[in-house]
Order: sequence, then structure tokens, then C-alpha cells
Amino acid sequence: MPVTEGTRPRGLLLRILPPGLYAGRASAIIERSMLSYSRGWLVFVSGVLEPLFYLVAFQIGFGRLVTEVAGPGGQPMPYVAFVAPALLAASAMNGAVFDSTFGVFFKFKYAKTYDAMLATPIGPLDVAIGEIGWAVLRGGLYAVAFFGVMNVMGLVTSPWALLLVPVALLVAFAFAAIGMACATFIRSPTQFEFVQLAVVPMFLFSTTFFPLSVFPGPLQVVIQFLPLYHGVELMRGLSVGVLDPTMAGHVAYLAALAAFGVFATSRRLAGLLLR
Amino acid sequence: MVEAKALVKRFGDFEAVRGVDVHVRRGEAFGFLGPNGAGKSSTMRMIAAVSPRSDGELKVLGMDPDRDGPRIRARLGVVPQQDNLDSELTVRQNLQVYGRYFGLSRAHVRRKAAELMGFAQLGERAEDEVEPLSGGMKRRLTIARSLVNDPELLLLDEPTTGLDPQARHLLWDRLFRLKSEGVTLIVTTHYMDEAEQLCDRLVVMDGGRIAAEGSPSELIARFSTREVLELRFPPGEQDAVVAVAGGLAQRMEVLPDRLLLYTDSGESALERAYARGVRPLSSLVRRSTLEDVFLRLTGRSLVE
Repeated sequence: MPVTEGTRPRGLLLRILPPGLYAGRASAIIERSMLSYSRGWLVFVSGVLEPLFYLVAFQIGFGRLVTEVAGPGGQPMPYVAFVAPALLAASAMNGAVFDSTFGVFFKFKYAKTYDAMLATPIGPLDVAIGEIGWAVLRGGLYAVAFFGVMNVMGLVTSPWALLLVPVALLVAFAFAAIGMACATFIRSPTQFEFVQLAVVPMFLFSTTFFPLSVFPGPLQVVIQFLPLYHGVELMRGLSVGVLDPTMAGHVAYLAALAAFGVFATSRRLAGLLLR
Repeated sequence: MVEAKALVKRFGDFEAVRGVDVHVRRGEAFGFLGPNGAGKSSTMRMIAAVSPRSDGELKVLGMDPDRDGPRIRARLGVVPQQDNLDSELTVRQNLQVYGRYFGLSRAHVRRKAAELMGFAQLGERAEDEVEPLSGGMKRRLTIARSLVNDPELLLLDEPTTGLDPQARHLLWDRLFRLKSEGVTLIVTTHYMDEAEQLCDRLVVMDGGRIAAEGSPSELIARFSTREVLELRFPPGEQDAVVAVAGGLAQRMEVLPDRLLLYTDSGESALERAYARGVRPLSSLVRRSTLEDVFLRLTGRSLVE
């Protein structure tokens, strides 16, 4: 007889959550993702290349037209160095959203992958953490590649910039969690238009390409509610080593979003699949 | 293994299961027979601890699914109505990854996957993706997958629906083997032959309730006659015969396309029919099946 691990309380989550929700096996779901992507590794190449194209375009294109802008501390900085950390945040967002909406929707609606998982001791929170965790790992891989290129291009000027990678993971985590929660509401593939409708303006207006001061007053308030704004601000400050206390607020906003997303996803999965 | 009392499942205003009592013993093959929408799958999902009951009592492997869901699921095998194999993985990976969901070690699932591919006759397709497999192969893989944790209780929801006869017989053979190894089987089906082949005991479900319970032969003896005479008539002529034919047998069922006469001797009923001037297009004398039981209990045939 094989030894099937029961629901022995290991770790904090296992002790405070009902066993029906979480079995502590999110890692098995990440294993599944690794296997499934090990044969489709080419998608990784595209995920790494896409933000690099942007970076190169800005370096040889916009960089000529717009030479210098005011950086986070008010000091002048090259436009490319201004945009690069924002692009890193945006690529973390894009990768995470793509993975956690398209991928999840397909598995949820058509392949019934999660039904199969939930017939085992695995619970909805395992599925949420496993899938979101995978999106974060993928986002992290892209971030490392991007960060390397930023270095090579001389866009990194502060040792604080090393923190860009963990911040990219946090951004990916927040967007993957929210994205997966949203994916459970999608009914048909055409509704992915709504995902685009949320992601594209966020990409364009979250101070990615121009500073907040460019926007009229009331719009500034709206911008500051966008999750990507917080990722961009964090990264831009870190990339030049200008730190300020509001960064704690940015981190808290993203962390809260991530936590809410995980919670909402597991609730939705339980509500839809275990009924 | 399973003990249900007055089990109820409601979805909003709709009551899918309306008070079901079931007792499944270790080592037996137990069937839920009924048409689509009878409440079989809802009952199965409650037993599989993936659907909380709305009312009544339920114990699976001696535990309450509401409280011990994961512990129950760890000892169950589930073959869902619709194959939900992982289309992004190969045959072998499907088995291994599923074993990992149960918390089994990598070494164990590697051995187990090899063993199960042999059992399901899929060894040659081990490194293939799932999508190009035939319906029968996918079904066998789903069954193999459900065995990865060496379950004590195997739940099969319409295991052979949509398969060709050859694939069905191969599948039944695998299920017999499992049963002989002591695995308890619970099967839902709307196929009479499947229920007769596989089940030691079954319940006939209709409209969320249990209409009858027993072994296939018991049910036939209780609710039907030894033989059935089927008479077919040219379109439009059947109605005229109904009045005449009524007295020829113990019981008669009028179906849209034929008359069923329930009697202990089909041949002599046919002779009497001819003697009364009944001239069917064709006639058939056969033994009673569970289909006749179902017809008797509900007034409808199972598969339309």
C-alpha cells in the first residue's frame, strides 16, 4: 500500500484553514505546469523577447527624440532609463495576466483540469496558490532576463536596483491573483476583450511613459488607484536608488491585491466546482 | 463503504436528489440505473465528496464528506462522466502528475504509472499526448488514472457512454479484474446491459428517487415476466390492435413503435395473437431485461 499523506497539520496555513480548502499540495500543481511547459518552452522565449523589443525601440527611437526627463528625485535622467523599470513592471503584469486568464480559462472551462484536481485531496486554495505561483515564477524568469539586459544597456545605476526582481515578482503575484479571480467570471472567449480593455490603458497611463505630473489633477487621483502605477513607481525609484516612505504604501497595495486575489480565486473555484 | 439516508441535493429551487437511501457493501459492484436527469450523477458527486449534500445523512468509508472530504477523496478513485484528462501532458505524465496530487512520492508514481499503463493497455502510447487517443483509450486512461492511489472505492459515472462495443467489452473486462481484486465499484449507467453485466446489486432511479432496489435477476423476477413478446406493426395500424392484444398477456406496454406483451411464454402468446387475427409486421420473443423493469416502474424507456 502506498502511503497517502493525510491532512497532518504542517505549517501555519494548514493549521488555520479548513482541510477542505487547502491540502498543502500547491507544489504538485506547479510541478504539473513545469511538465506541461517543458515541451512548450518556446513561449518563454517570446515572453522574454517582447519587453526587450520595447526597450530597444525606446533606446534607438524615442531616446533620440526625448533625451532627458526628470527622475523620481527630480534629478534629470535619460528617457530610456526612465521607461525601462516601468516596462519591467508592465511585462510582469502582462505575463501574469496572460497566464492567469487565458490559461486558466481554458483549463477551467474546457479541459476541466480543476475538476480533476479537486477529485483528489487537493483543495481550491491549493489550485489558486499553485496556478498563481506558477505565473509568478514565469514572471520572475522574464524579470531576471529583462534586468540582465537593463544592466548590459547601462540603465541600472543603483545597487537598490537589485530589488527590481523581487518587486517584479510582487507585481506578477498581484496581477496573476486578480487575473485568475477574474478568469473565473469569464463565460466565453470573446470576453477576453474586457481583459484587454483593462490591461492596455493601464499599460499606457500608469506613468509608464510619462510622469504623473503630466495628467490633470482629478485624473492623477484615478491613476493612483491603478495597480500598475504602484509597481511602476516602486521600480522607478529603486532603479535609481531614490527611496521614500510611500514605497511601503505601494508594496502594501500590491500585497493586499495579491492576498485578495488568492482569496477570491479559491472562493470562486469552491463555489463553482464544489457545489 | 457508503451509507446514505434520506439524501437530498438541491440546486436552487430544483431538487435533483429527493431522499435517497443507499447502502453499499465492501467488495460489491453497485449500480445506479436511470435515465439522464434521474439524479445519478448528483448522488455520485456527493459520494465523491465534491458536492455538499443539502439534507440527509451520508457516510463514505465511515466518514462524513462535509468534514473529512480530503481524507475520503484520498481513498477514492473517480471516473467522471466526461473525460477530464490533462491535454497538456502525455499519457505517462497524466498518471504521474495525478499521483502527485495525492501526495505520493515521485518514485512511487513512476512505478505506479508503468503498472497502470500495462493494465490499461496503453504502454505503447506512454509518451504520446492525450488528444490523439481514441475514445476507448482515453476512457481506459481515465480509469487507470483513477487507480493511481490504489482506491478502496471506485466511482464510475457512465463509464462506457459513447464507446463502441469492442471498447466497452475491454473496459468491462478491466472493471471485472478490479472487482476480483477486491475494489468496491459504484457505477452509474443508463445502459441495461452494462448494469446486468457489471452490477451485483443496483437501484433504479427516476426523478431523484429510488424506484426499486435489488440484484438484476431479482428485479426482473419481481417487476417483469420471464419472457417478452415484441410486436411491430405498419405505421398507423398499431392502435387498432391494442384493444385486441390486451388480453393476450399478463401485462402490455404500448410504445410508439411497438407493443410489448409480458408473459411467461412468448411463443404461446404469439400463437394466441395469430388466432385472434393479429398480423404484426414482425415479432420477437426475448427474455426480460432491466429495460422492462424500468418501463414497468416508470412507464418510460431508459434510452430514447
